[in-house]
Amino acid sequence: MKTRDLSELAARNLREAVLRNSLTTLGVAVGVASLVAMLSLGIGLQTLASQRLTRSGLFDAVFVTSQRNFRGPRRPPAADSAHKQESRALDEGVRQQLAKLSSVTEVYPQIRFVTDVRCAGKSETTSVLGLPDSSRSSGAFEGMTGAYFSSPTADEAILQIEFAKVLTDQPPALVGKDLTLRYAQRAALQKSAAGDSSLLENMMGSTMPGGISIVPREKTLRIVGVIESDPSAGIGGFGGARVYLPLRTAEQLQAAQPDDFEAFLSGNPGKPSYMALTVRVHSPKDVPQVETAIKQLGFATFSLLDATKSLRLVFTVFDLFLGLFGSLALTVASLGIMNTLVMAILERRREIGIMKALGATDRDVRSLFFAEAGAMGLLGGFFGVVLGWLIGQALTWGTTIYLHRQNLPGVKISYVPWWLGLGAIGFAIIVSLVAGLYPAARAARLNPVEALRYE
Amino acid sequence: MPTAPMFIQAESVSREYRLGETVIRAVDDVSLTVGKGEFLALLGSSGSGKSTLLSLMAGLDRPTSGAIRVRERSLAELEADELARYRRETVGMVFQSFNLLPRMTLEENVELPLRLAEVDRHDRESRVGEALERVRLGARRRHHPSELSGGEQQRGALARALVNRPAILFADEPTGNLDSVNGEQILLLLREIQDSLGMTIIMVTHERPLAERFANRIALLSDGRLVSGGAQG
Repeated sequence: MKTRDLSELAARNLREAVLRNSLTTLGVAVGVASLVAMLSLGIGLQTLASQRLTRSGLFDAVFVTSQRNFRGPRRPPAADSAHKQESRALDEGVRQQLAKLSSVTEVYPQIRFVTDVRCAGKSETTSVLGLPDSSRSSGAFEGMTGAYFSSPTADEAILQIEFAKVLTDQPPALVGKDLTLRYAQRAALQKSAAGDSSLLENMMGSTMPGGISIVPREKTLRIVGVIESDPSAGIGGFGGARVYLPLRTAEQLQAAQPDDFEAFLSGNPGKPSYMALTVRVHSPKDVPQVETAIKQLGFATFSLLDATKSLRLVFTVFDLFLGLFGSLALTVASLGIMNTLVMAILERRREIGIMKALGATDRDVRSLFFAEAGAMGLLGGFFGVVLGWLIGQALTWGTTIYLHRQNLPGVKISYVPWWLGLGAIGFAIIVSLVAGLYPAARAARLNPVEALRYE
Repeated sequence: MPTAPMFIQAESVSREYRLGETVIRAVDDVSLTVGKGEFLALLGSSGSGKSTLLSLMAGLDRPTSGAIRVRERSLAELEADELARYRRETVGMVFQSFNLLPRMTLEENVELPLRLAEVDRHDRESRVGEALERVRLGARRRHHPSELSGGEQQRGALARALVNRPAILFADEPTGNLDSVNGEQILLLLREIQDSLGMTIIMVTHERPLAERFANRIALLSDGRLVSGGAQG
């Protein structure tokens, strides 16, 4: 029988028992909807987590430190090549070199120092961190009181709320007010300008080229925001800072940092170096190659790529379980299809006999039942995907309302990609055809003489 | 009537059914020949095996032993699909209980064998119209079986049997559910078809007067055995 005739006969048969077939199709639709809703939830949560983590800068960043070891004053580096390699410091030249590596989007130093902060009539000592301009899009500043820095060089500051609470009982009221940093500025001190250097020379040896002068400075900044979370965890690499400045503003302060002591000991105090550099790449998949390239340059690296892999594994298992639970409903629905088709054989036994007497092959009869099962799967699958999408939208809507009540931004927790929609319809058709296997085979095997005798 | 060329040949055909421990021999060692264009009546009382023999010759069932040859070809050698093709292309069937599909119109019922034979849609319409005109039901083509009388339903079933232009028409008690007037009309139609199309007709009946009046030859069966009329005269 031609496909068109087969389809027409199948459609006619489905219309004949419209209530029963509609209920069976509805069963398939509910099964598919359950599967789609579960998986869309898994995919939505995975997408949400991936987006958040990517934006946080944790997974597309390589943290670079120097391999230099502290050997004590005046000790020359070891003669072998490996130790020669470790002698490189993280200075501006290295920063430019790393910025030229393939897939690297940004390289910035970790500018962190301890300072005295004066604000609202109080004076507190805390840690200050410079934030690169790219941190604006990290998502860490969503929902903060106030605004992000107006420019990469603005004399502005953002306070972490715990520190703001130390300064005042009303942290939001600090926005727009000024704060003053009292910090130690580093400056190179030439040997000739070191005053009485004989003591130093006695201590450090004749190779001591100069020193570092520490000059007390003050800087007044405008507070533009107060943030509840700690945005420095991803961007700064280690977290823990309480006052945040634009990175370039922080660099211009030339505040003394712990690695200045090392620079001093290295005999090159006039050339500032960084304690660590953060190298941002296009996407997490670029991390391994960039890490390798940086290691070849003689620096130590650290990334959270392994954590990403673990996260993917967790979500894959999560999706698998959601898919299994969703499939249970579809399995129950497939039993409904089987039941409907077996009932149809009983009801249409005589009709099958007539068709066979008129020359229908076993294959014609089997195909007819398959077509009916497949049509129920197709319709059920289509309506199931729509229903599953609606359930996902309802979950997103409900979650967003709840989050808004908690003064948090709404999130999309359910996502139905095109491949899930098509896959679910395909899966529903396959399950329906499998459910139709037995009834179709049974119908095809009917003896026409016995079927014609059936009343 | 002169002897017609041999068309169907049953050789020592038996058909047994098992009911638990009991073996029922519905057709017992029947040998029969039917000539091309012949109108043969299989006559016998209820349970004589005539409908079973008809089913075997129509390719709806297979004998337990013996062979049935149609146009020199043994039906036993045919695979299931080939047997279905034989039923579709060589054979037309009319049943006592009409067996029209109730949810299809008369036209759709008559079209069904053409769908199974994968005839083009364009040809189908003309062939359905032709078959319905032959049984004088052209005006009732859009009606469902429930809207037709018994005689009309049987004429519709006859149109369905003819639409594929078969060489052999098997009729199983075609007048069994009809009154005498309608029964006679059907048999007149069968004779007319035999005369005009040269079709071979094998009809099962238990009514001797009708058989004697319309058939060229009568084969009498009793308890599954052929009593008389097995060979052409």
